[in-house]
Amino acid sequence: MPDNDFVRSYLPLLIHFLLAGALAGALVLLSWLIGYRKPTRAKMSPYECGMTPIGDARARFSVKFYMVAMLFILFDVEAVFLYPWAIILKDLKRMGQGLFGLSEMFVYIGIVLVGYWYIWKKGALDWGLTISSPQAARITRVTRSGGSSQEPEPELVGVAGKGGL
Amino acid sequence: MAALQTMQGVPQAGDYIRILPEIVLSIFGMIVMLLDPVLDERRSQRTLGGIALLGAIAALAATLYQAQPRFWGFGFFDTVKLDAFSVFFHFVVIAVTILVILSSYEYMEVQQIRAGEYYGLVLFGTVGMALMSSAVELVLIFIALEISSISTYILAGFRRRSAISSESSVKYFLLGSFATAFFLYGVALMFGATGSTSIARISAALADYAGTGHGPMLAYLGVALMFVGLGFKVAAAPFHIWTPDVYEGAPSPVVGFMSTAPKAAVFAVLLRIIFEAHFSETVWLIWLAAALSMTIGNVAALVQDNIKRLLAYSSIAHAGYLLIAFASLPANGIPAAMFFTASYAAMNVGAFAVIGHFAGHGERYVMLEDYAGLGKRSPVLAAILTVFLLSLIGIPITGGFFAKFYVFSAALQGAHPLMGLVIIGVINSAVAAYYYLRVIVVMYMREPREDAPVAPISAGLGLALGLSLAATLFLGIYPNPVLKYAALSVGLLH
Repeated sequence: MPDNDFVRSYLPLLIHFLLAGALAGALVLLSWLIGYRKPTRAKMSPYECGMTPIGDARARFSVKFYMVAMLFILFDVEAVFLYPWAIILKDLKRMGQGLFGLSEMFVYIGIVLVGYWYIWKKGALDWGLTISSPQAARITRVTRSGGSSQEPEPELVGVAGKGGL
Repeated sequence: MAALQTMQGVPQAGDYIRILPEIVLSIFGMIVMLLDPVLDERRSQRTLGGIALLGAIAALAATLYQAQPRFWGFGFFDTVKLDAFSVFFHFVVIAVTILVILSSYEYMEVQQIRAGEYYGLVLFGTVGMALMSSAVELVLIFIALEISSISTYILAGFRRRSAISSESSVKYFLLGSFATAFFLYGVALMFGATGSTSIARISAALADYAGTGHGPMLAYLGVALMFVGLGFKVAAAPFHIWTPDVYEGAPSPVVGFMSTAPKAAVFAVLLRIIFEAHFSETVWLIWLAAALSMTIGNVAALVQDNIKRLLAYSSIAHAGYLLIAFASLPANGIPAAMFFTASYAAMNVGAFAVIGHFAGHGERYVMLEDYAGLGKRSPVLAAILTVFLLSLIGIPITGGFFAKFYVFSAALQGAHPLMGLVIIGVINSAVAAYYYLRVIVVMYMREPREDAPVAPISAGLGLALGLSLAATLFLGIYPNPVLKYAALSVGLLH
């Protein structure tokens, strides 16, 4: 088996996993065995970050949560590209292409920054009504003046009346 | 380290020239995105549209610059290939973009749509489409496909206040992602079968298989799955179900855009995969898709009362005609398919520009009966739409005639003429004439039922209509230069 050495190199990792599992199990078991318990109703209910744990799952919550989650994913994924670049940069330098490698990353970061500028100026990072951009300020003005605006009435064209396949 | 040693250093100047149009488009797209938040949104429409137009024209100039044969060749470690074929499709895609931007000015104002991101997305989408036509590596093709698709998903939902526009966007997004997954799975299987994602290497690996006597099943499965994904994007039956709903809800200029430019780009990818990787054994698959697309598209279009749905089915049918060329021999099929793409792009963008203009605020007038008496109310608009519809039928002196003519004649040449497919195609063309003529009859022979207002044609729209009209007629009267340029690609692909 030529792979033996390769497999063996993972042995410490396996031992680590076993130890971690054993330790965690032992701690839970011990506190269960020798712990002092005085159950009340509130203590026995399932814990969920202070919210009522039982209810309609289709609660409405602000679209801003989605926005933040979406932006987080975007910038997180973009940051992932930095790691392979950081690893390869030394090799590039050895090949005499260090400047090229560096400038490539500047171009990349520059493009990311365009997106960052865009979402910042659009007010996607503002939580609440403290809005700085002129467009968002206009929306605030409109909302405060009782909703009379230049916007057309929202029209919801129905989906009825479709023929065909 | 190993990866670095196999790569020959870093990109050279020539590499950048080979993706020059894409670079130009990206830069202008980013300028639009940078300026959009700082300009007053009610007045920024013309400025941003102007920048986008400038970007598209600059990209067209870049395409003409890179069209010089001394720049041709592979770039970026054999992932892109600049040749007559990619220049042709770059030209078609970017020309369509220019026409769409021109016809969007007025539309966005009438619909009161905030336009900043609109022009940015059009440019970014064009980057993907342009890249698709020059990519020769399946992973890069996938990335280009996604750039183009994601932009069009969002563009489809740009009439935010309209429920059917949102429906169109969500439907397109969900089904489109599904189709992309098929494509990606196909790429994975192809990699498993041949050990490469480069089309040239796949072709070589398949040639090695040829000696062993048994076909590589995994490769066939891979190409079939890729065909599912790409067939969805070009709205070929049986992957066409999304088309009418998406086209009905999306803004008209966007429909003009996404029914031509991404389709042209995806057909370019299909041409490369089918002909460059020598997948002649999959002919029956294409045969079936072509026959189904033509028949389903044309028969369903007969009963449509909404002009956007009608043209959506017509677009399915046209994908079918075009697929005939894919089942033909490369020497005739490739130029025929390329010519068809260009001529379909010209007439369809024009037709949707007219529809977008006539639809009015909130796209109110899109039913066939709204077109009653248009010949009297707006003779110019009616005449222009008539030319596009005649071209879609395939009447001589329009581009549509030669498009169909070359495709059908390509299918009849060679040792095994596709007689059956051509007969189906010709019968379908006759059926199709009915519903296009119905629109013309309604426009000229019915009394107007309701006085639907026809706004005067603005300069931008007028230019877009004039250009697409000129292109449609040029391709119909003097098709030789375009066909000759397309024929240059035969040797390059095969």
